Amino acid sequence: MLILECPNCGVMAEEAELVPGGEAHLKRFGPESSDADFEGYLFQRENPRGVHFERWRHAHGCGKWFHAARCTQTLEVFATYPAQTTAPPQDIRDAISAKRPGWTWREIR
Amino acid sequence: MSDPASALGGARFDGLAAIEELAPRGMITLRGDLGMTALQGAATAATGAAFPARRAIAWKGDRALGWMSPDEILVMVPYDAAGDAAAAITRKLHETHHLAVDVSDARSVFRLSGGVAAREVLAKLCPVDLSADAFGPGQLRRTRAAQVPVAFWMRDAETFELICFRSVARYVFDLLSVAAAPGGAVGYFGHGA
Repeated sequence: MLILECPNCGVMAEEAELVPGGEAHLKRFGPESSDADFEGYLFQRENPRGVHFERWRHAHGCGKWFHAARCTQTLEVFATYPAQTTAPPQDIRDAISAKRPGWTWREIR
Repeated sequence: MSDPASALGGARFDGLAAIEELAPRGMITLRGDLGMTALQGAATAATGAAFPARRAIAWKGDRALGWMSPDEILVMVPYDAAGDAAAAITRKLHETHHLAVDVSDARSVFRLSGGVAAREVLAKLCPVDLSADAFGPGQLRRTRAAQVPVAFWMRDAETFELICFRSVARYVFDLLSVAAAPGGAVGYFGHGA
């Protein structure tokens, strides 16, 4: 069972209380964008074995969105952080680097 | 004015813990920036209770303020007072971005009494640490009971109150009754079989 700490209400929420929201930090390409950008926004997703960043919603609790950094291989949770960010905070990246030297995710390392 | 009727007419089940549907209660959903003095003032004026910290519930007699989410407060008052209380909050906050709605008729309230047994009944249904060290009076927890959303808190060390949507009152009552069925004790919290 995945257990994530909701940064909005501080609850250690079990997966049953949460709803997954897919990959984190997508940049939206809408009307007027190129076909390649739009296709990338709609369909191209990371599928990492290791460090991953996701969106989750505390649907059966406070109802708010947040981000989680975790490892898809070991299910280790590195951190959760607020939804109002466009990239993983530096301190979380550093903490992951300490545990998974050389990790990359998209263009982030 | 017609008499308010609860969804199950005060249904009651006595098992490991006593499950009881309570009479309708006045509840107001108040949403807005919880850091605002005006909003805090309107909420405390409606109840007399202190403004609750994160995940807390504060009581003053039969009125309470419960922290529901970073932008939502549950205002509990007697059923008959809910309409006026909601109007008073709206009046006080008319210049502020907020939402105050009387949701009394959308909710059902249950009481679980039986101390440790009541903890165990809830723990069977909710993904929450209900040990006495982790959850006690003064805290409010929103979560799910099996398939539906609920919220609960403790009135005292022995008694829980649980709210759910009125439309699922029968489902929740049946859930609680089955979880409290005689012979179903797990003894996880150390009260024996």
